[in-house]
Parts: sequence; structure tokens; C-alpha cells
Amino acid sequence: MVIYGVALLAVCLLAGTLLGELLGVAIGIDANVGGVGIAMLILVLLVDYLKKNNKLNVKSQEGMAFWGAMYIPIVIAMAAQQNVVAALDGGPLALLAGVAAVVVSWAMVPVLSNIGKGTSTFSDEELGGTDDVRNIK
Amino acid sequence: MFEILSDTFVENGLIVSFAIVGITIYLSYILSDKLTNGKIHGSAIAIIMGLILAYFGGLFTGGEQGLADIGIFAGIGLMGGGMLRDFAIVATAFGASLDEIKKAGLPGIISLFAGVIVSFVIGVLIAFAFGYTDPVSLSTIGAGAATYIVGPVTGSALGASSEVIALSVAAGLIKSILTMIGTPFVAKYIGLDNPRSAIVYGGLMGTTSGVAGGLAATDPKLVPYGAMTATFYTGLGCLMAPSILFLVTRTIFG
Repeated sequence: MVIYGVALLAVCLLAGTLLGELLGVAIGIDANVGGVGIAMLILVLLVDYLKKNNKLNVKSQEGMAFWGAMYIPIVIAMAAQQNVVAALDGGPLALLAGVAAVVVSWAMVPVLSNIGKGTSTFSDEELGGTDDVRNIK
Repeated sequence: MFEILSDTFVENGLIVSFAIVGITIYLSYILSDKLTNGKIHGSAIAIIMGLILAYFGGLFTGGEQGLADIGIFAGIGLMGGGMLRDFAIVATAFGASLDEIKKAGLPGIISLFAGVIVSFVIGVLIAFAFGYTDPVSLSTIGAGAATYIVGPVTGSALGASSEVIALSVAAGLIKSILTMIGTPFVAKYIGLDNPRSAIVYGGLMGTTSGVAGGLAATDPKLVPYGAMTATFYTGLGCLMAPSILFLVTRTIFG
């Protein structure tokens, strides 16, 4: 059932968000600490477990793949509701601080990527929906 | 007639946004093919188009939500809002490799701390160059250079002026927008083509929306890895900026 996959996503997101909120309270800040990241970890572990036990049928996977494929359209809607005017109204200080932070962070990616052993490659399994996203036409 | 049309749009907000985004992507892919021979990813063009629409939306309404402030396009706010964005980000983790995540644990954690500290220091230095000398303003603008959420959280905690908080938000927004637009163009120069570098990239950049957009336009397969670390960044920033980073700033400039 498609809804099983969608419900699994929903449960993971809710669990992750809840844990993120609790983590925020535990360290005394008014912010969700990594809720989405925790939810993703829970999902990866659950999917791993369910697949090993053949509990995840194709229909359920389609439910998740659909939302994975909707990711890019949702990101574009997200871009369309950014506060671009405020960003450009910030003047030279804000512009310079933002740009410099991004450029230096980019420059550090290759430096930190070399920490750790072994090469990094994608898993054999295709991400849900990348094909659909890429072959939009 | 016009009223019927606008009522229909307002009542079906989310459906309207599906249609608008679909048309935007369709046009973006045509532009990508015809103008750049596919060199610039269609998604990258679509994100830039989205930002341009957001600019005009903000210009016409004076609101803070870009296109979503215009009544008939309010559905964009739901489709692109935090709830569905987080849901879709989690969905991308379906198919992410557990082994890759385990392998990149250490570089991921290091990149998170490095990302927060480096952005903060840069923000502080630039604020200082512009004539700010009090540690509260310096720290708030430094926090804004981390993300546009860490900035105001830090500013409120430290009691910064509203003008400085607005600056910190603007710095964070610039960071987020530039990350969205620029990432596909720098990806090949910084080796952003495998899960580990995506995890590191997410930790360094830290802006969830910027990383989400930037990786989508670069290679959708990278999304889950980058998004996973990026979502920890704001929390870490909110923890470090008003406390330890502020104390260090106060020691140096106080």
C-alpha cells in the first residue's frame, strides 16, 4: 500500500522532530536540534531493517519514492517564498558577510572531505525518484 | 469574471502552487536545453526563477514571504513551507546508504563545528571592519553569517538592537540564496560529487534551505547526505553563538 510508505515517512519525521525538540530543551536552547537529520537516520535504519526482512513491498516503496521525487518541486516553491527583498536591503555589510561566509565554507569542503579512510561512492540502489526528477521531459 | 477566477485560485492554493511550480520547471528545462545546451541544470534555473519571483512578490506586497504573500499564490507558502520541505527531505533519505553515513560520521561532525565557527568569525570580522565594536553586535552579526535563524536567536538572547538583528538576518539570507544559486557552479571545483563530500558540505554551509536548493540543482543523489548534516547546524549554532562564541568575542573586543 502506498499509504504505508507515506505513513512511515510521517512517523519518522514526527519522531525525529520530537527528539530534536527534546534535545533542544535538554541543552537549554530554543531551537530544534537536528530533528530532520535524526528523522533521516531513523528512516535509513528502518528501511534497512524492513528490507532485510522483506517487510517493505514495492507499493510502500512507491509512496516514499513519490515524495522523494517531489523534493525538487518543493525546493523550488521554497525558493519562491524566500525573503529576497530583505536580503538585498541589508546593504553592503550583510552582503559581504553572507558572501564571504559562503565562499570560505566552499573552499573548506575539499579540505575536510579528505578526513577518513576509503573512497566514497553511491549505494547501488537508486534514490527514490531521481530518474523521474532527471527525466522530467 | 475576474473575481470568480481569483476566488478559485485562493480557495485552491496548494493546487495552484503545484501548477505554477510545474510550469516553472517545464520552462526552466526548455531554457536549460535551448540556451545552455543542458550545461546549467534545469533545476538550477528553476530555483533562480523561484528566487526572482520571490523578489517581485516581496517588492509588490512588502511582505516577508516572497510570492506567497500575494493572495492567489498563497499556496506556495504551504508547498514550500517548512512542513512539506522537511517531509520531502526525509523522503530523500529512502535509498541513502547506511555505510556511507557511518563512514562520514567523523568528517561530518568536524565540518559542523568548523562551519559554525568559520562563518561566525567571518561575520564578526566584517562587522568590525564596518565599525561595530561592541561584542553583542559583533556576535549577532557573526551568528547571522551562520544562518538567518542563529542570528536573531543570538541577538535576542544577548539583547542586540533591532537594527543589528535585521542585519544578521539579511546576512543569513544572502548566505542561503548564494548557496542555492552558486553550488551547482562550484561543485566540480570543490569535489562535491560523492556522499562524503556532500555530508561535509552540509555541515560547513549549514543553511538548510540553501543546502536543499544547492544540492537539488547539483545532483539529487547528494541531497540526503548534505541535508542530514545541515539540519544539525542551526541547533549547534544556537547553542554556541550566544554562549562560548560570544564569550570569546567579548574577551577579544570587550
